[in-house]
Amino acid sequence: MMLSRNILFGGVLCLLVITAALISFLWTPFDITQMDIPNKLQKPSAAHWFGTDHFGRDIFSMIMVGARTSLAVALVAVGIGMGLGVPLGLWAAANSGSWLDELIMRGNDLIFAFPSLVIAILITAILGPGAVNAILAIGIFNIPVFARLTRAGALPLWQRDFILAARVAGKSHARISAEHILPNVANLLIVQGTIQFSLGILAEAGLSYVGLGAQPPTPSWGRMLADAQTMVAFAPHLALIPGLAIITSVLGLNLLGDGLRDYLDPKIRVMRS
Amino acid sequence: MLRYTLKRALSLGLSLVVASLVIFFVIEVVPGDPASFMLGLNAQPDTIAALRSELGLDASKLERYLAWVGGMVQGDFGTSYTYRTPVTEMIGDRIWVSLPLALYALTLSTLIAFPAGIYAASRRGKPGDMAVMGATQLGVAVPNFWFAMMLVLIFAINLRWFSAGGFVGWEKGIPAAIKSLTLPAIALALPQSAILARVMRSALLDVLGEDFMRTARAKGLTRRQALMRHGLRNALIPVLTIIGMQFSFLLAGAIIIEQVFFLPGLGRLIFQSISARDLIVVESVVMLLVFLVILVTFLVDLAYAAVDPRLRSRT
Amino acid sequence: MSLLSVQNLSLSIGPLSILKDVTFSIAPGEIVAVTGESGSGKSMTALAVMQLLPDSARTSGHIMLGDEELTAQSEKALCAMRGNCVGMVFQEPMTALNPLHPIGQQVAETIRMHAVMPKAEAEAQAAAMLTRVGLPQDRFPLSRYPHELSGGQRQRVVIAMAIARRPRLLIADEPTTALDVTTQAKILDLLKDLVEEFDMGLLMITHDLAVVADMADRIVVMRKGEVVEQGDTKHLLAHMQHPYTKALFAASQHQVDLPNAEDGHAAILSVQNAVRDYALPRTKLFAPRTFHRAVKGISFDIHQGERVGLVGESGCGKSTLTRAILGLEPLQDGSITAFGTPVAPDMPAQARIKTQVVFQDPYSSFNPRHKVGRILTEPFHLVDTPPTGAALTQIIGEVLTDVGLQPSEAQKYIHEFSGGQRQRIAIARALITKPELIIFDEAVSALDVSIRAQILDLIAELSRRHNLAYLFISHDLSVVRSVTDRLLVMQNGEIVEQGETQTVFTTPQHPYTQTLINAAPVLPDLTALRDKTETAHAPA
Repeated sequence: MMLSRNILFGGVLCLLVITAALISFLWTPFDITQMDIPNKLQKPSAAHWFGTDHFGRDIFSMIMVGARTSLAVALVAVGIGMGLGVPLGLWAAANSGSWLDELIMRGNDLIFAFPSLVIAILITAILGPGAVNAILAIGIFNIPVFARLTRAGALPLWQRDFILAARVAGKSHARISAEHILPNVANLLIVQGTIQFSLGILAEAGLSYVGLGAQPPTPSWGRMLADAQTMVAFAPHLALIPGLAIITSVLGLNLLGDGLRDYLDPKIRVMRS
Repeated sequence: MLRYTLKRALSLGLSLVVASLVIFFVIEVVPGDPASFMLGLNAQPDTIAALRSELGLDASKLERYLAWVGGMVQGDFGTSYTYRTPVTEMIGDRIWVSLPLALYALTLSTLIAFPAGIYAASRRGKPGDMAVMGATQLGVAVPNFWFAMMLVLIFAINLRWFSAGGFVGWEKGIPAAIKSLTLPAIALALPQSAILARVMRSALLDVLGEDFMRTARAKGLTRRQALMRHGLRNALIPVLTIIGMQFSFLLAGAIIIEQVFFLPGLGRLIFQSISARDLIVVESVVMLLVFLVILVTFLVDLAYAAVDPRLRSRT
Repeated sequence: MSLLSVQNLSLSIGPLSILKDVTFSIAPGEIVAVTGESGSGKSMTALAVMQLLPDSARTSGHIMLGDEELTAQSEKALCAMRGNCVGMVFQEPMTALNPLHPIGQQVAETIRMHAVMPKAEAEAQAAAMLTRVGLPQDRFPLSRYPHELSGGQRQRVVIAMAIARRPRLLIADEPTTALDVTTQAKILDLLKDLVEEFDMGLLMITHDLAVVADMADRIVVMRKGEVVEQGDTKHLLAHMQHPYTKALFAASQHQVDLPNAEDGHAAILSVQNAVRDYALPRTKLFAPRTFHRAVKGISFDIHQGERVGLVGESGCGKSTLTRAILGLEPLQDGSITAFGTPVAPDMPAQARIKTQVVFQDPYSSFNPRHKVGRILTEPFHLVDTPPTGAALTQIIGEVLTDVGLQPSEAQKYIHEFSGGQRQRIAIARALITKPELIIFDEAVSALDVSIRAQILDLIAELSRRHNLAYLFISHDLSVVRSVTDRLLVMQNGEIVEQGETQTVFTTPQHPYTQTLINAAPVLPDLTALRDKTETAHAPA
């Protein structure tokens, strides 16, 4: 089967962002910790591809380093969500109908009932702002997403005859979950994983924008936008460029997710919002 | 139907109790005790002691929890430490910005998403569908606060059609108030409508594959008639779920948009209180938001039953 | 003049040719059955007549309804034709109705689509039509929703919808395949009566040759998109020309050559007063839990090498009983003992080795991500020291050969096999631990008749080779008859009759068994039929 347009286009966008983040560890066009006030607020030029900010720092370099922050926060947050959510979902499905299943699912509903952004702000407010707490705040809300999805994917599998056959072969629920259920919900998880990854980037940008994400001097796209807000009237590129960086990565991941879904299994459902 | 409603109502009550417990204990785990947290590092011991007694921290946790919940049930959310005004009053002022904004945005989002989703589903695979899907793909990727900044740049700074921020207040007349909420509502609504349109489309496409749609065609309905009479209502069930989730998102999502537009809403209130470490306001506003979200979930459950007779006859 | 005339109809979807030169016709009041195995194109033929084909389908040839050429009609004209001149009944009554609309509204919709009349008038007509199909208004008011009806009742609603405008032609696509045998008999009778009463033509699509022989005036036999043979039912049954038709009828009458069971062995499975309850969802908020008793105190034994059949309709508790016998679910009362060990979910793994199982659906019986070799060896989980390396390869090869496959096929994934081959693999998996008892849970129900005959032969052959005892569970009486020594008939969680299979069939004692046997459509004795027609044609 040929790779679809979605996978190709989304993959290229993602690769672009990832490459920028990786290269920034070794090299950036300018040193982003170096202020250069005489050259502040320059429009994009040959020297400064994306222009400079109010401290004269090179925006292209800051976008590269900011990609690092965005990707790291979103990736670890997805890791937390999968790491805890998937086992919980498998466990709930294996004991479907029992009080344990009920408890896990009601707990999930409860987390869903909390407005995620408010709680993320609460967490970072109480524990202090910073990338680690932002990860935690975003990651917690990924747990019920993956738990629900895993359970929903696993429940019909438990009705299938090959699971009955494994039970007749005396295998334990845990072993069946690992050996038969997990590989068959993997596609589902990969697709939802890319979507959660993109939502994580958006959430991180939001938290940084209100000052609760990564703290200075670590550059982040959200805070670049916050800094740009007062100058948007006379230096619109300051707001435009970080926004386009966010859109590029989120769009890339979403296209990749949709493409993977069509490629792996068109029947997969994803949850957004 | 009555039984179903009662059961959902019971679940609503239970969720509220559990949520209040969670919020209460999250506030309890702040480093140090709430009083020293609120006053910060340089507070004098006697100031802390005064606040401790004001907050009633000397009472047991259970007593304090019951007092807090008991107060809220009677509409008393306590007194803000920073502003020295009753929290109920502060919320009362601000909810008339946040709630109308969320409803305004939800209305816009639904008005855009329904026709777009239905249109795309009815032209599956054709250029019209591709255009709508491309637009929604972009819409989903746009951060709403950035979109808000761009709206301000274009419509407030350049075109000067709207003011760049602030809320004129309802006393200036409904049209003026709605006008000052328009840019924020659009900023909130467009990305959400992209999500909703996608859900609407895929729910409709799922329904189109159902056997009863073929039955409808065999009766002599045209594609369009079958879609409108049999498809839409069946597709509404997943769409309702998303609308419910979006309301809670819009209510809380306003927190950032209110920052962009300097709107005096609940979002801004909670953010200011967090900066001021005013935990009394924080826990009350969070509880209120959670209450609204759970209430919406309850209403969505009732809406399911109105749409689906299978739920009505079950328990 | 014929009512429907299909001439040289060919149909392709993309590069796939679905129908080739299909030609047949239907006269008013005539029942024409199109039959064939899966992939024969019979359902696509029905959809072509309705002009409800997928967008990507390309057709050539003619479909004439009276003197109108359907392939040349505009979509608007087709909509006016569908439901008005041609009605259609589908296979799956559980999903063919819109779950959100009351049944009265759904029937009335057909009427109001094609005639301008007040709502009350349409509803009165709908009520009359529902009463006609056996859903009287006092018990099934128009306000009923589909989920409040059984499968058979829903199919009656679908039929009412299809005939509400008294169409000239009715198309029924496997209308009774999803129904129990007793319900099937009633629905078939209803269709026959309606054809006569309304002087409709009926195009009946079915794979069931016994139904065909019982219902049809004329038979069209299809294979791989082509009509291989057609003709008047009596004549065709007596004088089949095409080898495929002969093979098809032979397979559906296939009698397995079952080796004689040896008498006097000890019981290997003993079920004593087994009771299994399921908790029902609470109907009132604080009411005590209520239970559904799915298995109500069943007792029977299976002896070494004995082949026992268990028949019953859906919901009779046979699947529940199967799970209990496999030790997957606990009993509430009574006991099950297999090979001297009590059977329960917590029984020791070693005790499970001697009882294995083959399930119904060849498509859901295997983990799609595992190769056949790994699938086959799963039961070795029960063994303390499972074979490894060359010994394992040897065993896999032997067991694959045993079921008629090649040892090399252990390296393939399951999607590379057909339904029949998959069922062989399922049997191989059940055999690998050398069990003495196998549960066949509807093991041939999902297979086409010719494949079914082969698998039944294989089962009989294996039982001889390995002196296997088995419990053969089925809803299909004709299958059970030739592969079992003893028969249990189950109804509502109880065994209502048991005895020697042949005895139960020839002299059923319990009224339920009698109903079952009478309801099951049976192919007429073809040899007798042939002799009779020949005598008739012979000069006096």
